[in-house]
Amino acid sequence: MKKIEAIINPFNIKEVKNALTEIGVRRMTISKVGRFGSQKSHKEYYRADEYMIDVVEEFKIELIVTTDEMLDQVIETIGKTTKTGNVGDEEILVFPIEGVIQIRTGERARDAI
Amino acid sequence: MLKKLCWMIIFAAILTSLSMEVTAQTQETTPAPAGVSPAVRHPDPGGVSTGNASDVPAAKVGEPTMAELVNAVGHNRVAINIMWTLIAGFLVMFMQPGFAMVEAGFTRAKNAVHTMAMNFMIYPLGMLGFYICGFAFMFGGLGPIATMGGYGGLDHEVIINLFGKEFGLFGGRGFFLSGSGYDVAVFALFLFQVVFMDTTATIPTGAMAERWKYLSFFIYGWFVGTVIYPIFGNWVWGGGWLSMLGKNFGLGHGHVDFAGSSVVHMTGGVIGLVGAWLVGPRDGKYNKDGSANPILGHNIPMAIIGTFILAFGWFGFNAGSTLAGADLRIGVVATNTMLASATGALAATLWMWIVRFKKPDPSMMANGMLAGLVAITAPCAFVNSIGACIIGLIAGLLVVEGALFIERKLKVDDPVGAIAVHGINGAWGCLALGLFADGTYGDGWNNVSGTVKGLFYGDPSQLLAQFIGITANFVYVGLISLIIFKLIDIFVGNRVDKDTEVEGLDVPEMGVPGYSGVHLDKAAETPISR
Repeated sequence: MKKIEAIINPFNIKEVKNALTEIGVRRMTISKVGRFGSQKSHKEYYRADEYMIDVVEEFKIELIVTTDEMLDQVIETIGKTTKTGNVGDEEILVFPIEGVIQIRTGERARDAI
Repeated sequence: MLKKLCWMIIFAAILTSLSMEVTAQTQETTPAPAGVSPAVRHPDPGGVSTGNASDVPAAKVGEPTMAELVNAVGHNRVAINIMWTLIAGFLVMFMQPGFAMVEAGFTRAKNAVHTMAMNFMIYPLGMLGFYICGFAFMFGGLGPIATMGGYGGLDHEVIINLFGKEFGLFGGRGFFLSGSGYDVAVFALFLFQVVFMDTTATIPTGAMAERWKYLSFFIYGWFVGTVIYPIFGNWVWGGGWLSMLGKNFGLGHGHVDFAGSSVVHMTGGVIGLVGAWLVGPRDGKYNKDGSANPILGHNIPMAIIGTFILAFGWFGFNAGSTLAGADLRIGVVATNTMLASATGALAATLWMWIVRFKKPDPSMMANGMLAGLVAITAPCAFVNSIGACIIGLIAGLLVVEGALFIERKLKVDDPVGAIAVHGINGAWGCLALGLFADGTYGDGWNNVSGTVKGLFYGDPSQLLAQFIGITANFVYVGLISLIIFKLIDIFVGNRVDKDTEVEGLDVPEMGVPGYSGVHLDKAAETPISR
């Protein structure tokens, strides 16, 4: 059982969501995040004064997979739908999961999801 | 089913009554002959016979005497003038929401209510001050109101004698619009002038936005309509000493300001300069090395709409300043006004885009259009279309460089560019009149015979009079607003405390946020001083 975290360009989020649904992902958490230190930060001007846009708005998706087969599929799908080939492409993070508790039933571990 | 039936009956009834009306009209197509009393008037769908001899007030209906006819002509002329002045005044009143939208749009979301509330309350505060005594100080010595029937009840000017000449300082008739002020022409003039004063009054709220304590603003609101604005206004429009520079010292036609580049806009700009300088820059605006950080406006679309509303109201501002719909120069005035607004916006945009910063900054676009409008306000009646275009063009460049000069050299923080737009271009507009006035208009202006001519058309003394006018404005308005702001500072303080400023003025000062239920990124809105 693993948790997958990936930062997604706002313009790709719909595509990623649809592709993951197609391979059988039923649930994920999507949140808006500010990404500092991104390749996309740049200078702008307002009334002739310079300022940096250095916090770039992105989406973060988090989901849990139960099998190694599913893990590979999810990673492949996210990679396929978001890859631009530029240095700005983000990483996909994979975490081990210590435990899962289903609040409604008190069920633990694998059966809970 | 019953409902449907009811609707059908109503519909049928309407159709029947309409068709009866149509038949009735076709039976009576012959126009009513002249001289028929209005009681037996026939319908006039073409509009060709409505209004004839029977509409001239006369003892014998339809047969006015020569005297009655002449009276009717005179009455109509004054009626056209008063109506024009009132409608123009209504247009200028609509500039108040324009100012509110520009100023609130160019400031941060956490100060939106505070900025709006200043723009809102200055209207009643300024107006009542002007009603109590401002109007009397400004126009109490005007003399006959020429275009509105020549009523001469405003006849008391306080003067001093210098160099054997009379210097008018302020007027003294028309307090509370009572006594000799209770006259239709005076009331119409008051309405038109009060919205001009409110334009001046609302300019500093932009320059001092986002850190000006509301109580301090509230007290200022009384002073601007009662004292600051009316005194200088009297000098130029009320028969005071600047208007007499021509008659007394042979300087052109005296200081000429058709619709208020100096009286209205430069006054507002100078008050804003003094106020913004005294109240200090916003938290985070300047770094330790003196370089400036941008503080982004929160609603640029609103500011752009506000700019358009101002440009619309400006037709009333300039063309209405003839105080006469029968003065057909209004065609030239209105067209010059729109031309200068176009060249101003274009010049500022291109200057930002190509020369200065590689992007066509929308806030400077808006400032550029307003700068063109401010600059054409004094000369709009006296210049030709080429002159108007050049004046607007220079205004567009001046507003960009002026805003940078104020921010980077003077270190005065003006969130909306009000000082550059109104102060610098108000002065430029007055000087531009002294350069470009082409001698086709203004015969007898300020009791000097001949038309108004600028330097390029052979009268350098007019330029000198314009220069004296803007110098007097800077010195008088600068000094009196310095005194008033200092006094207010001693008693109640001009600036909110730092916690209030960081939190945003809306809730601590006004009790309500502008955008309740919307998450505001207050930290990101405020730069950190490096």
